[in-house]
Amino acid sequence: MKSTRSPIVKSAAKAPTGIAGFDEITGGGLPHGRTTLLVGGPGSGKTVLALQFLVHGAQECKEPGIFVAFEESSKRIVANAESFGWKLAALQKKNLYFMDAQPLPDLIQSGDFDLGGMLAALEAQTRTMKARRIVFDALDVVLALLPDPATKRREIYRLHEWLLAHDLTGIITAKAGGDEASSIIEQPFGFMQFMVDCAVILNHSVALGVSHRNLRVQKYRGSAFDENESPFLIGNSGLEVAVARTPGRVDAKVSNERVSSGVERLDTMLGGGYYRGASVLITGFSGTAKTTLSGAFAEAACRRGERTMFVSFDSDCTEVIRNLASVGIRLDPYVKNGCLRMISARSIAGSAETYLVRIKTLAQEHGARCLVIDPVSAWYKSGNDLTAQGVADRLIDWSKGGGITLVCTSLLDEMSNRAESGSPLQISALADTWIHLNYLVQAGERNRGLSIVKSRGTAHSNQVRELILSDTGVTLTDTYTAGGEVLMGTLRWEKERAERVAHEAAEAAAKLKRVRLDAEEAELEVRLKSLQTELVAKQVEKALLVRSTQSHEGELSRGRTQMQELRGADAAIPGKKVSPS
Amino acid sequence: MSRRAMFKFRLFVAGDAPNSAQAIANLAAFCRAHLPDRYEIEVVDVFREPKRALAEGIFMTPTLVVLTPPPVRRIVGTLSHTQTVLQALGLLDIAA
Repeated sequence: MKSTRSPIVKSAAKAPTGIAGFDEITGGGLPHGRTTLLVGGPGSGKTVLALQFLVHGAQECKEPGIFVAFEESSKRIVANAESFGWKLAALQKKNLYFMDAQPLPDLIQSGDFDLGGMLAALEAQTRTMKARRIVFDALDVVLALLPDPATKRREIYRLHEWLLAHDLTGIITAKAGGDEASSIIEQPFGFMQFMVDCAVILNHSVALGVSHRNLRVQKYRGSAFDENESPFLIGNSGLEVAVARTPGRVDAKVSNERVSSGVERLDTMLGGGYYRGASVLITGFSGTAKTTLSGAFAEAACRRGERTMFVSFDSDCTEVIRNLASVGIRLDPYVKNGCLRMISARSIAGSAETYLVRIKTLAQEHGARCLVIDPVSAWYKSGNDLTAQGVADRLIDWSKGGGITLVCTSLLDEMSNRAESGSPLQISALADTWIHLNYLVQAGERNRGLSIVKSRGTAHSNQVRELILSDTGVTLTDTYTAGGEVLMGTLRWEKERAERVAHEAAEAAAKLKRVRLDAEEAELEVRLKSLQTELVAKQVEKALLVRSTQSHEGELSRGRTQMQELRGADAAIPGKKVSPS
Repeated sequence: MSRRAMFKFRLFVAGDAPNSAQAIANLAAFCRAHLPDRYEIEVVDVFREPKRALAEGIFMTPTLVVLTPPPVRRIVGTLSHTQTVLQALGLLDIAA
């Protein structure tokens, strides 16, 4: 947990150090006009921190400084600091003064002495150059010459009083370590920690061969400060202290823009793709196509013309390119035109912190809008297990701040019992979209399954899809799900084929029946037609019959009438018409 | 080393600080006892001449700089341990 997320109020009574992160921790820098004790083991970065404080003062704050070197000669310090690009030679002319106060190796000691001479000399120098800052580097070296604790204490007091009287912002560095030799020195320094207004402890430890640097503000009178240990490293331009979130920084701009994941159907599953600036976590066992999926994302980003960086902790860049080409993801042209930058960091040989800083620097250099880290779980191994979590947190924090769309893969250990929930770096909580890849072993086959565990702010498919890699690309297929069965691979294919065959058979049968019915219908129609013809014939016959009968009868009656007329025997019946002939 | 060699000393002191005053007294006594008539002492007060202290890299007081005979040596402290001083000046075997 980060205890201090609320912004620490910056105060005017502070001397900024110019060290990224350190001024945030202390709310503006070291106490102005007071003394700060810097304690650390050998190689913990005391000298660099102190020198950076002076350089920043001289360059940016118009506060000239004096560096009193008890241990290393000023020449060597200047030479060592050259790599940080601080332009010490130019500063030395006016605003930065080095005083060599190394006890000579052949120094002969006879009786008691004190630091009065040094303070007198410093006083003159301070006045000449109007120094406001002063560093006593490795005070323990000179204190070791003093015969007893009481004398040491007296000299520390003398120094402290002098600093306060001259209103100088001072840093006193001193070694502290576990070895026997330094424990003798520790005693007077123990009380010094009570005396000074600010104490900072630098720690340099090695865990499983990986170096870790930590910094902790132990006390800071009259000011709030971040009390936790903060990792730091010595980078190209000096110290850099890792702070999870710079207090007071504006929250990252939230974008509604979608960017393609590189797999069409995955975009559909995600309701259009990843959000721009989101952090995506792809978890899965070894060989579940995490790299392929992240490669697809990188390719899609490059196709849109967005500058992209791909960091591989697993394999060489050329290997990644070759392997991805086999599934139709071609990164080569984008590497050539400079759109894509591949970084290989195959064997981790530094602290996770170092890698984060390197990645940040490189990404900034490249102007990356999309970043792939494959796999981020590499940070977890070899002695980084304690810090990797914080580093991953800061990675996400940083990429969000810069609006960089981040895709991280994370390897899950198949052997471990950690289920889906146990992404080794617990960054799943911070990631916006979490895609889980899994093997489904069925019927002697391993098939890749893809599911979206979460995707913030997006409606997303709840279904497991089968991920199919072919030489034409990456596709997702619906798995066969029916009656609670989830089938993939050959089983899915078989089941689908069986269904298809059954369907075809049914179709054929139906066709056959239809043909038969058609035939019957046709037959009936034919019969119907002949019957109708017959009917017509019968009707005609019947009509003919009727007519012939009538005419016959007419003939008869006409014949009778004619006969009667002829006979003339009967009077004509009145009203009775003679039927027409 | 020649017994007749001339010893030139420069003693840096911090005003009238107790150990500085002690060093002045100790040096004077030492020279009288071990180097009669062949010594020169220059006392530099770093409070009055801080630039000289700076130039010579004197940061502990009192500091005795042995200018001649060569090589230049520095002895820090009140010079209360005569044996150490004798040894530093290469006079030990003579004194013994």
